[in-house]
Amino acid sequence: MVSDEINNNKTWIFLFFAFVVAMIAMLGSLFFSEIMDFVPCTLCWYQRILMYPLVFIFIVGMMPYDKKVLKYSTPFVVVGWVFALYHNLLHFGLIPESASPCVQGIPCSTKYIEWFGFITIPMLSFIAFSIIAVLLYLIKRRDV
Amino acid sequence: MKSQQKIVIFSIIGLILFFIISGAIYKNQKSNDVVAMVKEDSALLERDYSVSIGNKDAKVHLVEFFDPACVTCADFHPLVKDIMKKNEGNIRLTLRYAPYHSGSDYIVKILEASRKQGKFNETLEMIFKKQLEWEGFSGPNMKVIWPLLSQIGLNIDQLVKDMKDPKLDDLIAQDLADAKKVGATKTPSYYVNGKPLQQFGYEQLKELIYSEL
Repeated sequence: MVSDEINNNKTWIFLFFAFVVAMIAMLGSLFFSEIMDFVPCTLCWYQRILMYPLVFIFIVGMMPYDKKVLKYSTPFVVVGWVFALYHNLLHFGLIPESASPCVQGIPCSTKYIEWFGFITIPMLSFIAFSIIAVLLYLIKRRDV
Repeated sequence: MKSQQKIVIFSIIGLILFFIISGAIYKNQKSNDVVAMVKEDSALLERDYSVSIGNKDAKVHLVEFFDPACVTCADFHPLVKDIMKKNEGNIRLTLRYAPYHSGSDYIVKILEASRKQGKFNETLEMIFKKQLEWEGFSGPNMKVIWPLLSQIGLNIDQLVKDMKDPKLDDLIAQDLADAKKVGATKTPSYYVNGKPLQQFGYEQLKELIYSEL
């Protein structure tokens, strides 16, 4: 019983970190679009659609801790991670722009920021989805 | 359990507060940058070709970046005119083009060509008043616009000729470049004596104008 509680506490902390990452990703992307006036491209919208619900799924799953949170959040993380990967490959030029779905409006190859020469907005998205995926994996290993 | 809930709630509040505060700091900083930039190079807000309405020596210089196809611009136009009328002689309005909608640059060319015939104001009023009629999803519906233009009394043949002037493309490109520099990414964007309107709204605009009068 006691070890179970400690285990639960640890998984809760992992979930909490996943929530913090998702929340920072959400507010950060809103900062870029609403405050810095960067117009999100189509691929950014798909990643937002998959990232924003995670914040709320995690909040509900934490108060109190609910094992099922893993089941509900995994599809969002997996699909979002794939979109982020695709977007990064586009930025690195590994996929030609002509093969991308964004032809109208803002092209998805537009780079708004480039901190330290490699951190772009899609890179931040990819990092966020990856961290959340790892944390969820750690929870899964402990919970089963 | 209780403490976990507290942690969650406090971190939500903390992150949102951080977002709001850093956003306010960023916007304020950006506004200060624009004020400084405009002070150094006033041509950014007014080029020698720009449309200027009102008393040349007016106390308040209002600059508006607008898009003829933008609904809010059409809504605000009579409001700005009203403020100017109430403070006759104290406000000078400079109009700059920011045609972000597709096909808007064509309307800008109509406006500039009508200016050559001395009918800029009439044309602008009509363009805004009839906006819902001529604006389509993929750009302006010219079939609606031409008859309206001749109703005003414009010489259409001359208008079409003047619209082909390649100088107009340079003018639009210059206005768009200036808009980008001073951060006029949305329309309408207002600048009162070089100060950008930070929080968009009619009351806020009025307040900013009256604070300079």
